[in-house]
Amino acid sequence: MALDKNGIAQRIAQELKDGYYVNLGIGIPTLVANYIPKDIAVEFQSENGVLGMGPFPFEGEEDADIINAGKQTITTLKGASFFDSATSFAMIRGKHVDLTILGAMEVSQTGDIANWKIPGKMVKGMGGAMDLVASAENIIVAMMHTNRSGVSKLLKKCSLPLTGVGCVKKIITELAVMDIGPTGFILRETAPGVSIDEIIKATAGDLHIAEDVHVMSF
Amino acid sequence: MINKTVSTVSEALEGVQNGMTLMLGGFGLCGIPEKAIAELVRLQVTDLTCISNNAGVDTFGLGLLLQQKQVKKMIASYVGENAEFERQMLSGEMEVELIPQGTLAERARAAQAGFPAFYTPAGYGTEVAEGKEVREFNGKMHVLEQAFDADFAFIKAWKGDEAGNLIFKGTARNFNPNMCGAAKITVVEVEELVSAGSLDPNQIHVPGIFVQRIFEGKDYEKRIEQRTVRSKT
Repeated sequence: MALDKNGIAQRIAQELKDGYYVNLGIGIPTLVANYIPKDIAVEFQSENGVLGMGPFPFEGEEDADIINAGKQTITTLKGASFFDSATSFAMIRGKHVDLTILGAMEVSQTGDIANWKIPGKMVKGMGGAMDLVASAENIIVAMMHTNRSGVSKLLKKCSLPLTGVGCVKKIITELAVMDIGPTGFILRETAPGVSIDEIIKATAGDLHIAEDVHVMSF
Repeated sequence: MINKTVSTVSEALEGVQNGMTLMLGGFGLCGIPEKAIAELVRLQVTDLTCISNNAGVDTFGLGLLLQQKQVKKMIASYVGENAEFERQMLSGEMEVELIPQGTLAERARAAQAGFPAFYTPAGYGTEVAEGKEVREFNGKMHVLEQAFDADFAFIKAWKGDEAGNLIFKGTARNFNPNMCGAAKITVVEVEELVSAGSLDPNQIHVPGIFVQRIFEGKDYEKRIEQRTVRSKT
Protein backbone atom coordinates (compact mmCIF):
# COMPACT_ATOMS: atom_id res chain seq x y z
CA MET A 1 0.00 0.00 0.00
CA ALA A 2 1.21 3.50 -0.82
CA LEU A 3 2.46 5.56 2.13
CA ASP A 4 0.55 8.54 3.49
CA LYS A 5 2.26 11.89 4.05
CA ASN A 6 3.39 10.86 7.52
CA GLY A 7 4.84 7.67 6.06
CA ILE A 8 6.86 9.68 3.55
CA ALA A 9 8.12 11.90 6.38
CA GLN A 10 9.00 8.85 8.46
CA ARG A 11 11.04 7.34 5.62
CA ILE A 12 12.82 10.67 4.98
CA ALA A 13 13.72 10.89 8.67
CA GLN A 14 15.92 7.81 8.14
CA GLU A 15 18.14 10.02 5.96
CA LEU A 16 18.99 12.29 8.92
CA LYS A 17 22.43 11.79 10.39
CA ASP A 18 23.88 12.77 13.74
CA GLY A 19 25.13 16.36 13.68
CA TYR A 20 23.09 17.45 10.66
CA TYR A 21 21.75 20.97 10.29
CA VAL A 22 18.56 20.59 8.27
CA ASN A 23 16.27 23.01 6.44
CA LEU A 24 12.70 21.77 6.13
CA GLY A 25 10.33 23.17 3.53
CA ILE A 26 6.59 23.66 3.97
CA GLY A 27 4.20 20.66 3.72
CA ILE A 28 5.41 17.05 4.01
CA PRO A 29 8.98 18.15 4.93
CA THR A 30 7.66 19.86 8.07
CA LEU A 31 6.37 16.48 9.29
CA VAL A 32 9.90 15.03 9.23
CA ALA A 33 10.60 16.78 12.55
CA ASN A 34 8.15 14.34 14.20
CA TYR A 35 10.28 11.29 13.33
CA ILE A 36 13.84 12.16 14.33
CA PRO A 37 15.63 8.98 15.45
CA LYS A 38 16.12 9.08 19.24
CA ASP A 39 19.86 8.40 19.17
CA ILE A 40 20.92 11.32 16.97
CA ALA A 41 21.16 15.10 17.39
CA VAL A 42 19.97 17.33 14.55
CA GLU A 43 19.06 21.03 14.43
CA PHE A 44 16.43 22.56 12.21
CA GLN A 45 17.12 25.82 10.42
CA SER A 46 14.34 28.08 9.24
CA GLU A 47 15.47 30.59 6.64
CA ASN A 48 13.67 33.52 8.25
CA GLY A 49 16.40 33.44 10.89
CA VAL A 50 16.35 30.68 13.49
CA LEU A 51 18.48 27.63 14.15
CA GLY A 52 17.32 25.14 16.76
CA MET A 53 13.64 25.35 15.97
CA GLY A 54 11.33 23.52 18.36
CA PRO A 55 7.65 22.48 18.30
CA PHE A 56 4.63 24.78 18.21
CA PRO A 57 4.10 26.72 21.48
CA PHE A 58 1.48 25.78 24.03
CA GLU A 59 -1.70 27.78 23.69
CA GLY A 60 -1.25 31.20 25.28
CA GLU A 61 2.54 31.05 24.99
CA GLU A 62 2.78 32.04 21.32
CA ASP A 63 5.07 34.98 20.55
CA ALA A 64 4.49 37.10 17.42
CA ASP A 65 8.26 37.68 17.22
CA ILE A 66 9.11 33.95 16.98
CA ILE A 67 7.91 32.31 13.78
CA ASN A 68 9.15 29.89 11.12
CA ALA A 69 9.41 30.45 7.37
CA GLY A 70 5.78 29.36 7.02
CA LYS A 71 4.88 32.31 9.32
CA GLN A 72 3.71 29.83 11.98
CA THR A 73 4.36 30.53 15.65
CA ILE A 74 7.10 28.23 16.96
CA THR A 75 9.37 27.71 19.95
CA THR A 76 13.13 27.28 20.18
CA LEU A 77 15.13 24.50 21.81
CA LYS A 78 18.22 24.68 24.02
CA GLY A 79 21.19 25.93 21.99
CA ALA A 80 19.02 27.85 19.53
CA SER A 81 20.06 31.11 17.88
CA PHE A 82 18.46 33.95 15.92
CA PHE A 83 20.14 35.79 13.05
CA ASP A 84 19.45 38.13 10.15
CA SER A 85 18.39 37.02 6.66
CA ALA A 86 21.79 37.55 5.02
CA THR A 87 23.40 35.35 7.69
CA SER A 88 20.66 32.78 7.21
CA PHE A 89 21.37 32.51 3.50
CA ALA A 90 25.11 32.50 4.19
CA MET A 91 24.42 29.26 6.09
CA ILE A 92 22.52 27.97 3.07
CA ARG A 93 24.66 29.28 0.19
CA GLY A 94 27.85 28.56 2.11
CA LYS A 95 26.86 24.88 2.43
CA HIS A 96 26.79 24.94 6.23
CA VAL A 97 23.29 23.50 6.19
CA ASP A 98 23.79 19.78 5.56
CA LEU A 99 20.44 18.76 4.18
CA THR A 100 17.50 20.47 2.52
CA ILE A 101 14.15 18.71 2.31
CA LEU A 102 11.52 20.37 0.16
CA GLY A 103 8.42 19.72 -1.89
CA ALA A 104 8.10 19.96 -5.67
CA MET A 105 5.52 20.20 -8.44
CA GLU A 106 7.87 18.46 -10.90
CA VAL A 107 11.31 16.84 -10.88
CA SER A 108 13.22 15.87 -14.01
CA GLN A 109 15.47 12.84 -14.40
CA THR A 110 18.47 15.20 -14.60
CA GLY A 111 17.67 16.64 -11.18
CA ASP A 112 15.90 19.83 -12.28
CA ILE A 113 13.14 20.97 -9.95
CA ALA A 114 10.06 23.14 -10.49
CA ASN A 115 8.10 24.24 -7.44
CA TRP A 116 7.32 27.95 -7.53
CA LYS A 117 5.19 28.97 -10.45
CA ILE A 118 2.32 27.78 -12.61
CA PRO A 119 2.05 30.17 -15.57
CA GLY A 120 -1.40 31.69 -15.95
CA LYS A 121 -2.21 31.10 -12.30
CA MET A 122 -1.49 33.26 -9.28
CA VAL A 123 2.24 33.39 -8.73
CA LYS A 124 3.20 33.50 -5.08
CA GLY A 125 6.97 33.60 -5.51
CA MET A 126 9.98 31.40 -4.90
CA GLY A 127 10.75 32.53 -1.35
CA GLY A 128 14.02 30.89 -0.37
CA ALA A 129 13.63 27.84 -2.63
CA MET A 130 15.99 29.01 -5.39
CA ASP A 131 18.78 29.78 -2.93
CA LEU A 132 18.24 26.44 -1.20
CA VAL A 133 18.29 24.26 -4.30
CA ALA A 134 21.16 26.12 -5.95
CA SER A 135 23.40 25.70 -2.93
CA ALA A 136 22.66 22.58 -0.91
CA GLU A 137 24.89 19.57 -1.56
CA ASN A 138 22.21 17.28 -0.35
CA ILE A 139 18.64 17.86 -1.48
CA ILE A 140 15.79 15.45 -0.91
CA VAL A 141 12.47 16.09 -2.60
CA ALA A 142 9.42 14.96 -0.65
CA MET A 143 6.33 14.76 -2.82
CA MET A 144 3.50 12.64 -4.15
CA HIS A 145 4.49 10.58 -7.19
CA THR A 146 1.63 11.95 -9.32
CA ASN A 147 -0.51 15.09 -9.17
CA ARG A 148 -4.22 15.16 -8.30
CA SER A 149 -5.14 14.26 -11.88
CA GLY A 150 -2.88 11.22 -11.75
CA VAL A 151 -0.20 12.74 -14.00
CA SER A 152 3.38 11.82 -13.12
CA LYS A 153 5.53 14.46 -11.43
CA LEU A 154 8.73 12.56 -12.30
CA LEU A 155 9.51 13.63 -15.85
CA LYS A 156 12.17 13.49 -18.54
CA LYS A 157 12.07 17.29 -18.56
CA CYS A 158 10.13 19.72 -16.38
CA SER A 159 7.27 21.55 -18.09
CA LEU A 160 6.90 24.28 -15.45
CA PRO A 161 9.31 27.20 -14.87
CA LEU A 162 12.37 25.88 -13.05
CA THR A 163 13.45 26.59 -9.50
CA GLY A 164 16.88 25.04 -10.03
CA VAL A 165 18.90 23.01 -12.51
CA GLY A 166 20.50 19.63 -11.87
CA CYS A 167 20.29 19.94 -8.11
CA VAL A 168 18.02 17.17 -6.77
CA LYS A 169 19.80 14.02 -5.54
CA LYS A 170 17.00 11.95 -4.05
CA ILE A 171 13.22 11.78 -4.28
CA ILE A 172 10.97 10.11 -1.73
CA THR A 173 7.30 9.64 -2.63
CA GLU A 174 4.36 7.59 -1.34
CA LEU A 175 5.50 4.82 -3.71
CA ALA A 176 9.27 4.82 -3.81
CA VAL A 177 12.75 6.06 -2.94
CA MET A 178 14.66 7.11 -6.05
CA ASP A 179 18.04 8.66 -6.79
CA ILE A 180 18.98 10.76 -9.79
CA GLY A 181 21.42 8.71 -11.89
CA PRO A 182 23.45 9.61 -14.98
CA THR A 183 20.71 8.44 -17.37
CA GLY A 184 17.51 8.72 -15.37
CA PHE A 185 15.83 7.95 -12.07
CA ILE A 186 17.13 4.94 -10.16
CA LEU A 187 14.57 3.00 -8.14
CA ARG A 188 16.16 2.07 -4.80
CA GLU A 189 13.23 1.20 -2.56
CA THR A 190 9.54 0.45 -2.95
CA ALA A 191 6.85 1.28 -0.39
CA PRO A 192 5.48 -1.81 1.38
CA GLY A 193 2.92 -3.54 -0.86
CA VAL A 194 3.71 -1.38 -3.93
CA SER A 195 4.88 -3.26 -7.03
CA ILE A 196 7.73 -2.15 -9.26
CA ASP A 197 5.25 -2.13 -12.17
CA GLU A 198 3.07 0.37 -10.34
CA ILE A 199 6.08 2.65 -9.88
CA ILE A 200 7.11 2.32 -13.53
CA LYS A 201 3.57 3.27 -14.58
CA ALA A 202 3.56 6.32 -12.32
CA THR A 203 6.96 7.55 -13.56
CA ALA A 204 7.04 9.44 -16.88
CA GLY A 205 10.84 9.81 -16.98
CA ASP A 206 13.33 6.98 -17.56
CA LEU A 207 13.44 4.69 -14.55
CA HIS A 208 16.21 2.19 -13.91
CA ILE A 209 15.72 -0.52 -11.32
CA ALA A 210 18.64 -0.84 -8.93
CA GLU A 211 19.99 -4.40 -8.63
CA ASP A 212 19.49 -4.31 -4.89
CA VAL A 213 16.02 -2.73 -4.99
CA HIS A 214 14.16 -3.58 -1.80
CA VAL A 215 11.11 -2.74 0.27
CA MET A 216 11.38 0.24 2.63
CA SER A 217 11.81 -0.78 6.24
CA PHE A 218 10.44 1.19 9.16
CA MET B 1 27.48 60.76 21.08
CA ILE B 2 25.72 61.70 17.89
CA ASN B 3 22.02 61.83 18.70
CA LYS B 4 19.77 60.21 16.08
CA THR B 5 16.45 60.60 17.85
CA VAL B 6 13.43 62.28 16.33
CA SER B 7 10.34 62.81 18.40
CA THR B 8 7.54 61.93 16.01
CA VAL B 9 6.89 59.53 13.16
CA SER B 10 6.13 62.44 10.82
CA GLU B 11 9.54 63.92 11.58
CA ALA B 12 11.05 60.49 10.96
CA LEU B 13 9.51 60.31 7.48
CA GLU B 14 10.36 63.87 6.46
CA GLY B 15 11.47 63.94 2.83
CA VAL B 16 9.49 60.94 1.63
CA GLN B 17 8.07 61.81 -1.79
CA ASN B 18 6.04 60.31 -4.60
CA GLY B 19 8.01 57.95 -6.84
CA MET B 20 10.63 57.02 -4.25
CA THR B 21 12.14 53.57 -3.68
CA LEU B 22 11.59 52.29 -0.15
CA MET B 23 13.01 49.26 1.62
CA LEU B 24 10.99 47.76 4.44
CA GLY B 25 12.16 45.15 6.93
CA GLY B 26 10.06 42.23 8.08
CA PHE B 27 9.23 38.63 7.23
CA GLY B 28 5.50 38.17 6.73
CA LEU B 29 4.08 40.42 9.45
CA CYS B 30 6.97 39.68 11.82
CA GLY B 31 9.30 42.62 12.45
CA ILE B 32 7.58 45.06 10.08
CA PRO B 33 7.83 48.83 10.62
CA GLU B 34 4.18 49.27 11.60
CA LYS B 35 4.43 52.95 12.47
CA ALA B 36 6.28 53.97 9.29
CA ILE B 37 3.73 52.09 7.17
CA ALA B 38 0.85 53.86 8.93
CA GLU B 39 2.53 57.20 8.29
CA LEU B 40 3.09 56.36 4.59
CA VAL B 41 -0.65 55.66 4.36
CA ARG B 42 -1.42 58.99 6.06
CA LEU B 43 0.97 60.90 3.77
CA GLN B 44 -0.73 59.36 0.70
CA VAL B 45 2.55 59.26 -1.21
CA THR B 46 2.16 57.33 -4.45
CA ASP B 47 4.11 55.63 -7.25
CA LEU B 48 6.31 53.96 -4.67
CA THR B 49 8.70 51.12 -5.40
CA CYS B 50 8.71 48.89 -2.32
CA ILE B 51 11.44 46.37 -1.57
CA SER B 52 10.33 43.91 1.10
CA ASN B 53 10.35 40.14 1.43
CA ASN B 54 6.54 39.99 1.47
CA ALA B 55 3.64 42.30 0.73
CA GLY B 56 1.69 41.96 3.98
CA VAL B 57 -1.91 40.79 4.15
CA ASP B 58 -4.99 42.63 2.89
CA THR B 59 -5.59 44.56 6.08
CA PHE B 60 -2.13 44.87 7.61
CA GLY B 61 1.49 45.58 6.79
CA LEU B 62 2.28 46.61 3.22
CA GLY B 63 -1.25 45.51 2.31
CA LEU B 64 -2.39 48.88 3.71
CA LEU B 65 -0.35 50.71 1.06
CA LEU B 66 -1.74 48.42 -1.63
CA GLN B 67 -5.31 49.20 -0.55
CA GLN B 68 -4.60 52.89 -1.23
CA LYS B 69 -2.91 52.05 -4.57
CA GLN B 70 0.29 53.75 -3.43
CA VAL B 71 2.64 51.08 -4.77
CA LYS B 72 3.78 51.19 -8.41
CA LYS B 73 6.24 48.34 -8.15
CA MET B 74 6.87 45.61 -5.60
CA ILE B 75 10.15 43.73 -5.29
CA ALA B 76 9.68 40.67 -3.06
CA SER B 77 10.41 36.95 -2.78
CA TYR B 78 6.96 35.70 -1.75
CA VAL B 79 3.64 37.47 -2.11
CA GLY B 80 0.91 34.96 -1.27
CA GLU B 81 -1.90 35.61 1.24
CA ASN B 82 -2.98 38.93 -0.26
CA ALA B 83 -6.06 39.17 -2.51
CA GLU B 84 -5.68 42.87 -3.36
CA PHE B 85 -2.07 42.27 -4.32
CA GLU B 86 -3.16 39.48 -6.64
CA ARG B 87 -5.82 41.68 -8.24
CA GLN B 88 -3.42 44.57 -8.89
CA MET B 89 -0.74 42.24 -10.20
CA LEU B 90 -3.04 40.37 -12.60
CA SER B 91 -4.69 43.60 -13.84
CA GLY B 92 -1.25 45.08 -14.52
CA GLU B 93 -1.85 48.07 -12.21
CA MET B 94 1.24 47.12 -10.23
CA GLU B 95 4.56 45.81 -11.48
CA VAL B 96 6.01 42.87 -9.53
CA GLU B 97 9.58 41.60 -9.51
CA LEU B 98 10.00 38.29 -7.69
CA ILE B 99 13.54 37.46 -6.63
CA PRO B 100 15.07 34.69 -4.50
CA GLN B 101 14.96 35.43 -0.78
CA GLY B 102 18.70 35.08 -0.22
CA THR B 103 19.34 37.35 -3.19
CA LEU B 104 16.98 39.94 -1.70
CA ALA B 105 18.86 39.86 1.60
CA GLU B 106 22.24 40.04 -0.11
CA ARG B 107 21.23 42.89 -2.47
CA ALA B 108 20.37 44.86 0.67
CA ARG B 109 23.57 43.83 2.44
CA ALA B 110 25.62 44.69 -0.66
CA ALA B 111 24.13 48.20 -0.69
CA GLN B 112 24.94 48.50 3.02
CA ALA B 113 28.49 47.23 2.55
CA GLY B 114 29.42 49.12 -0.62
CA PHE B 115 29.46 46.23 -3.08
CA PRO B 116 27.86 47.22 -6.42
CA ALA B 117 27.09 43.61 -7.33
CA PHE B 118 27.82 39.98 -6.46
CA TYR B 119 27.58 36.52 -7.98
CA THR B 120 25.16 33.96 -6.56
CA PRO B 121 24.24 30.45 -7.70
CA ALA B 122 20.57 31.12 -6.86
CA GLY B 123 18.35 31.31 -9.91
CA TYR B 124 20.87 30.11 -12.47
CA GLY B 125 19.05 28.35 -15.31
CA THR B 126 15.70 29.87 -14.29
CA GLU B 127 13.79 32.91 -15.51
CA VAL B 128 15.33 34.90 -12.64
CA ALA B 129 18.64 34.82 -14.52
CA GLU B 130 17.19 36.00 -17.85
CA GLY B 131 19.08 39.02 -19.18
CA LYS B 132 21.66 38.85 -16.41
CA GLU B 133 25.37 38.21 -16.72
CA VAL B 134 26.35 34.65 -15.75
CA ARG B 135 29.81 33.31 -14.96
CA GLU B 136 31.39 30.03 -13.95
CA PHE B 137 33.35 29.75 -10.71
CA ASN B 138 34.82 26.42 -9.59
CA GLY B 139 32.77 24.52 -12.13
CA LYS B 140 29.46 26.02 -11.06
CA MET B 141 27.39 28.69 -12.79
CA HIS B 142 26.47 31.93 -11.03
CA VAL B 143 24.26 34.94 -11.75
CA LEU B 144 25.39 38.57 -11.30
CA GLU B 145 22.98 40.45 -9.04
CA GLN B 146 23.16 44.16 -8.24
CA ALA B 147 22.92 46.02 -4.94
CA PHE B 148 19.65 47.81 -4.25
CA ASP B 149 19.47 51.57 -4.65
CA ALA B 150 16.79 52.94 -2.33
CA ASP B 151 15.86 56.34 -0.95
CA PHE B 152 14.62 55.22 2.45
CA ALA B 153 14.94 52.07 4.56
CA PHE B 154 12.23 51.56 7.18
CA ILE B 155 13.39 49.32 10.00
CA LYS B 156 11.76 47.85 13.09
CA ALA B 157 13.97 46.94 16.04
CA TRP B 158 13.15 45.85 19.59
CA LYS B 159 15.38 48.22 21.54
CA GLY B 160 17.49 51.12 20.44
CA ASP B 161 19.40 53.96 22.03
CA GLU B 162 19.76 57.65 21.22
CA ALA B 163 22.90 56.89 19.21
CA GLY B 164 20.92 54.60 16.90
CA ASN B 165 22.39 51.34 18.21
CA LEU B 166 19.91 48.51 17.77
CA ILE B 167 18.93 45.19 19.31
CA PHE B 168 16.40 42.87 17.69
CA LYS B 169 14.20 40.17 19.17
CA GLY B 170 13.60 36.65 17.88
CA THR B 171 12.87 36.20 14.20
CA ALA B 172 11.64 39.81 14.02
CA ARG B 173 15.28 40.48 13.16
CA ASN B 174 15.12 38.98 9.61
CA PHE B 175 15.90 41.57 6.88
CA ASN B 176 16.00 44.54 9.25
CA PRO B 177 19.74 44.55 10.06
CA ASN B 178 20.65 44.02 6.38
CA MET B 179 18.58 47.02 5.28
CA CYS B 180 20.11 49.41 7.84
CA GLY B 181 22.43 51.75 5.94
CA ALA B 182 21.36 50.20 2.63
CA ALA B 183 19.35 53.28 1.60
CA LYS B 184 20.14 57.00 1.55
CA ILE B 185 18.21 57.47 4.81
CA THR B 186 17.57 54.73 7.37
CA VAL B 187 14.63 55.29 9.69
CA VAL B 188 14.28 52.98 12.67
CA GLU B 189 11.31 52.52 14.96
CA VAL B 190 11.80 50.70 18.25
CA GLU B 191 9.55 49.38 20.97
CA GLU B 192 11.83 50.86 23.59
CA LEU B 193 14.12 53.83 23.08
CA VAL B 194 16.72 54.21 25.83
CA SER B 195 19.40 56.76 26.63
CA ALA B 196 22.90 56.29 25.27
CA GLY B 197 24.89 54.12 27.64
CA SER B 198 21.92 52.00 28.69
CA LEU B 199 22.65 49.20 26.22
CA ASP B 200 25.68 46.95 26.61
CA PRO B 201 27.96 47.70 23.59
CA ASN B 202 28.74 43.96 23.45
CA GLN B 203 25.12 43.15 22.73
CA ILE B 204 24.45 45.63 19.89
CA HIS B 205 23.23 43.94 16.66
CA VAL B 206 23.47 47.03 14.45
CA PRO B 207 25.76 49.99 15.28
CA GLY B 208 24.21 53.46 15.09
CA ILE B 209 26.40 54.55 12.18
CA PHE B 210 23.95 52.75 9.86
CA VAL B 211 20.99 54.71 11.24
CA GLN B 212 19.96 58.31 10.53
CA ARG B 213 16.71 58.63 12.49
CA ILE B 214 15.29 56.66 15.40
CA PHE B 215 12.00 56.98 17.29
CA GLU B 216 9.91 54.99 19.76
CA GLY B 217 6.61 53.56 18.54
CA LYS B 218 3.72 52.88 20.90
CA ASP B 219 1.19 50.05 21.04
CA TYR B 220 2.57 47.64 18.48
CA GLU B 221 -0.12 45.36 17.13
CA LYS B 222 2.30 42.57 16.06
CA ARG B 223 -0.37 40.62 14.26
CA ILE B 224 0.26 36.87 14.00
CA GLU B 225 -0.22 35.46 10.49
CA GLN B 226 -0.41 31.74 11.34
CA ARG B 227 -1.22 31.07 14.97
CA THR B 228 -0.09 27.47 15.51
CA VAL B 229 -0.18 25.92 18.98
CA ARG B 230 -0.16 22.50 20.62
CA SER B 231 -2.32 21.43 23.53
CA LYS B 232 -0.85 20.73 26.94
CA THR B 233 -2.57 17.38 27.26
